[in-house]
Amino acid sequence: MSTIHLSFLDWLIIGIYFAFVLGIGFYLKKFTRSQEDFFLAGRKNSSWVAGLAFLSANLGALELLGMTGNTFKYGMYVAHFYWIGAIPAMLFLGIYMMPFYFSSKIHSVPGYLKLRFDEKTRVLNGIAFAVMTLLVSGINLYAMALVLHTFLGWNWDVSMWASALTVAVYVSLSGLMSAIFTEIIQFFLIWFGLFLVSLLGIVEIGGLDKLYSMVPHAFGTLWSTSGNPADNGMLVSWGGIVIGLGFVLSFGYWTTDFLVVQRAFSAKDLRSARLTPITASFFKMCVPFLVIVPGLVAYILSKDPSKGFALLSDGGQLNYDSTLPLLIARYYPTGLVGLGVTALLAGFMAGQAGNVSAFNTVWTYDIYRSVIKKDASDAHLLWMGRAATIVGILLSLVTAYWARTFPSIMDYMQAIFSWVNAPLFATMLLGMFFKRITSAGAFWGLLAGMVSSVTLFLAVKFMWINPASITFSSVTSDMAANFWRAWWAWLICFITTIAISFFTAPKPDAELVGLVKGLTPNPDSSAMALYKRPEFIAVIALIVLVVLNIYFW
Amino acid sequence: MTEHAQMKSIWYLVGLMLLAMGAVITVAGIVQYLDPESVHTVLSELHPSLWWGLIMLASGALFAVAGKNRMR
Repeated sequence: MSTIHLSFLDWLIIGIYFAFVLGIGFYLKKFTRSQEDFFLAGRKNSSWVAGLAFLSANLGALELLGMTGNTFKYGMYVAHFYWIGAIPAMLFLGIYMMPFYFSSKIHSVPGYLKLRFDEKTRVLNGIAFAVMTLLVSGINLYAMALVLHTFLGWNWDVSMWASALTVAVYVSLSGLMSAIFTEIIQFFLIWFGLFLVSLLGIVEIGGLDKLYSMVPHAFGTLWSTSGNPADNGMLVSWGGIVIGLGFVLSFGYWTTDFLVVQRAFSAKDLRSARLTPITASFFKMCVPFLVIVPGLVAYILSKDPSKGFALLSDGGQLNYDSTLPLLIARYYPTGLVGLGVTALLAGFMAGQAGNVSAFNTVWTYDIYRSVIKKDASDAHLLWMGRAATIVGILLSLVTAYWARTFPSIMDYMQAIFSWVNAPLFATMLLGMFFKRITSAGAFWGLLAGMVSSVTLFLAVKFMWINPASITFSSVTSDMAANFWRAWWAWLICFITTIAISFFTAPKPDAELVGLVKGLTPNPDSSAMALYKRPEFIAVIALIVLVVLNIYFW
Repeated sequence: MTEHAQMKSIWYLVGLMLLAMGAVITVAGIVQYLDPESVHTVLSELHPSLWWGLIMLASGALFAVAGKNRMR
């Protein structure tokens, strides 16, 4: 039996969404003439367009459902993922790293590795990224079908194929441009479709002050329970939050994951590219109002039997992902239900489009042109990008069916990020800021980091080692292990890269101009009005972040 | 003028979508306002469909007008 029932008007809203995204794909096709248009949206976007797409590429429905459920389980501690776990990294990308990325006119993050180091480092990262993207894309597809089946009673195969084919059509027609356009549409749909849940929840509880007074102390704080892991439901200490989440995982994801960084590459100039993650940071800080508030509302309602609110349960285990759909069913009448469901659908499909557009670029430039056909023409690369989109979607479907028969693969999704992104961040950091780092150091350091991350994951999973030995605490959790494993992978890559670099020859300075600090002119913002400077806007974002953390301490 | 210069801005398209969806939700809100017995959701007495639909219509109109003559 489904949780949410749809009427004709709800279906009409969903139909409008599908008509728009397909229409946008066909409309943009006539503007997609070159590979630059297809893979980088013509490099013509403003910082607002690129910034909202940058944020939306990460704001998937799986995250919205999962984080609302996590808030029900852990309270406000979840806000760390949106604040310290994102903002410093986004600002660092905009201020310090973007000049190297953007000025080198690369098409992808592995493309930077080729220029700074060598072909084999690029191919290693390109293959790892492509595999990760397909896995994540397939798991997202599976999760979407699961959610639609559980809450709407939709047929598993039909919902998966319909959304996959829709994404395949509009991304293959106009590439990154249509992915970015639909991500922005998704951004507005998510806010209009889900923010009302927060508002109505606050009204039902009786105001924000009352809401905070009705949750346990640990549920309403960010840092005051972080001294002892046992005091917060997540079982993660401040060290794990700051080092694992705030530094390695966050910087690894936001500064090197091509899925999000690709949006900044589509900006029209360096200032817009630098402002892309900085603009996104302000909106990122607002996302807790979409996920934290509903999670706390649901927690309070569930404690009062007279409210008639209870999460679904699977085999005696609470289904925390049901928090948001149940609140939609509670507050939204006909019409609004369609909007809420469309917001979730848009989140899933835009996430799918983001993964596929990143995959087709890395495949085309960093694997196909780099290894298979070095002399490919512009027209051939454009054709290959479209073909890679279709193949990427089909492979995602294969992964999704695999995930269906092997549900625990969902548990590995967070782990997959730390396999690829955590060591890559060490390679990037060293490569961009120290010219002494060599190609051999980068390649073997990256490989050592990736292998150590997978090995540590298996060692903890199969209890070859005590998890406490990597988390520094006898009280630990899977999430704490994820955070700390990322730190160890980063450190192993960092140390190995430096050690090997000392014994191998660096590239001459002339080959590193524009790629390394000290050999690249600093962006000069002095001619701009103060309020237009990326540095000034980043400081404002940082102040807001500090204030939020102190207020919710 | 190049073809790129003629491309509709994303803000215009967002405006059109909000207008279309806002119109449907407003119509639903009016029906629910006239027949409140047919609505069984919590806080339905606040008529959320009606005023949220109107907010979407207003936002859509704003985006459509502001984005009509702009590039992306």
